Amino acid sequence: MLRVIGALLWKDLLSELRGRALLAALVVFALLTVVVFNYALDLERTVRASVGAGVLWVTIVFAATLALNRVFAAEREHALHEGLLLAPVERLAIYFGKLLSGLLFVLLVEAVVLPVFALLYDLPVAQPLNLAVLLLGTLGYLLPGTLLAALAAHARAREVLLPVLLFPVAMPVILSAVRASQEVLAGSAWVRVAPAFNLLVASDIIFLALAVLLFDQVVAE
Amino acid sequence: MQKNTGLKILSVSSVLLLVAALYMVFVYAPLEAVMGAVQRVFYFHVAAGWVGALAFFVAFAAGLLHLRRGSLLADRVALCSTEIGLVFMSMNIVSGAIWARPIWNTWWTWDPRLTTATITWLLYAAYLLLRQGIEDPQRRARFAAVYGVIAFASVPLTFAAIRIFRSIHPVVIGAGAPGAKGSFDMTPAMRDTLLFSVLVFTVLYGTLLWHRLRLEQLSERVAQMRLRLLQG
Repeated sequence: MLRVIGALLWKDLLSELRGRALLAALVVFALLTVVVFNYALDLERTVRASVGAGVLWVTIVFAATLALNRVFAAEREHALHEGLLLAPVERLAIYFGKLLSGLLFVLLVEAVVLPVFALLYDLPVAQPLNLAVLLLGTLGYLLPGTLLAALAAHARAREVLLPVLLFPVAMPVILSAVRASQEVLAGSAWVRVAPAFNLLVASDIIFLALAVLLFDQVVAE
Repeated sequence: MQKNTGLKILSVSSVLLLVAALYMVFVYAPLEAVMGAVQRVFYFHVAAGWVGALAFFVAFAAGLLHLRRGSLLADRVALCSTEIGLVFMSMNIVSGAIWARPIWNTWWTWDPRLTTATITWLLYAAYLLLRQGIEDPQRRARFAAVYGVIAFASVPLTFAAIRIFRSIHPVVIGAGAPGAKGSFDMTPAMRDTLLFSVLVFTVLYGTLLWHRLRLEQLSERVAQMRLRLLQG
């Protein structure tokens, strides 16, 4: 199964390298979001610490949603979906392959956006604890996201439908991630970070379990 | 068309029960000392919230049953129950806002219960949109069931996430938060009225579900007849 996941991940990376240009578009979009927020909220120095975490997470969530919309796009556009399903591999491997390629893309976007964000908003985002929150939050958003992207891929108006389906489901992940980041950026002690952080971990585990249990039903023919 | 006596009896008794509940809410239950008449919204507010939760739970259970057995009846129950749940959830949210205006001095506040109710409402609206976007009935049933399970699991997590912030919503049944505003002690007459309202709304839910299921079955029969007509 690990080999299959690796192969799927490599396939998505290779097609990106050969000019799908998704990553570049995601990075530019995320940077634009950061800039727009600065003026939309007219961020003063004093409110930056509390609002900054929210800006960072909305930016990540927007970029991740765009990435998720493309996760099954290549398969759909070139009618490769059946080929993928006909391959003698476990269905769950398809889920994890797509989850990991999505995670890799969004983490790469974050790697570019984070330094720029730190510079523009003057916030200490590069702390280990905040990086852990970023990883867990991104994962927590993509866990139900990849599953729902597979659902939306078969529906009409799928690009609009995906965020409508995903935002309310991912609400606990987004809320606890924002809360945890806020506390970390404000320099709070671990006791104040812990409730949100633990809930984030719990949400990740629950969404992982649900995805493992339900993905077979999504790809069944 | 066949007669449906059971449904007719249930419909008539629902109406009678609803009239009785209205009498209890407006006449039998005493006037609350501090809040006055606006407190009377409480009985149907709680009852509607209860039916919303019950309806979404029924939809969740029906979705699981569909995933297990592939029963299309279970899928129909899930759809109908979700629609009814959305209506009662809307009643719950709107009646809460009407009460909150004089008591909390605002129509809305981002309290855990209010926010969770709203996100739950959005979840099940998304559920109906998903169904609308899929043509194939088998796939629609399966995907809807999958989404129903995820949606149902995320609601308590959302509640926990928002609870990290402070709450001002009163908890009338059981122990409330010390900062709650607009709380009160129920007299026996108030308790009777609340329990009766919850009972009446539950019966009303059953009646509506039956009606809605029958409608769904009829519309499917019409669709089949049309198909046969076009082919024949």
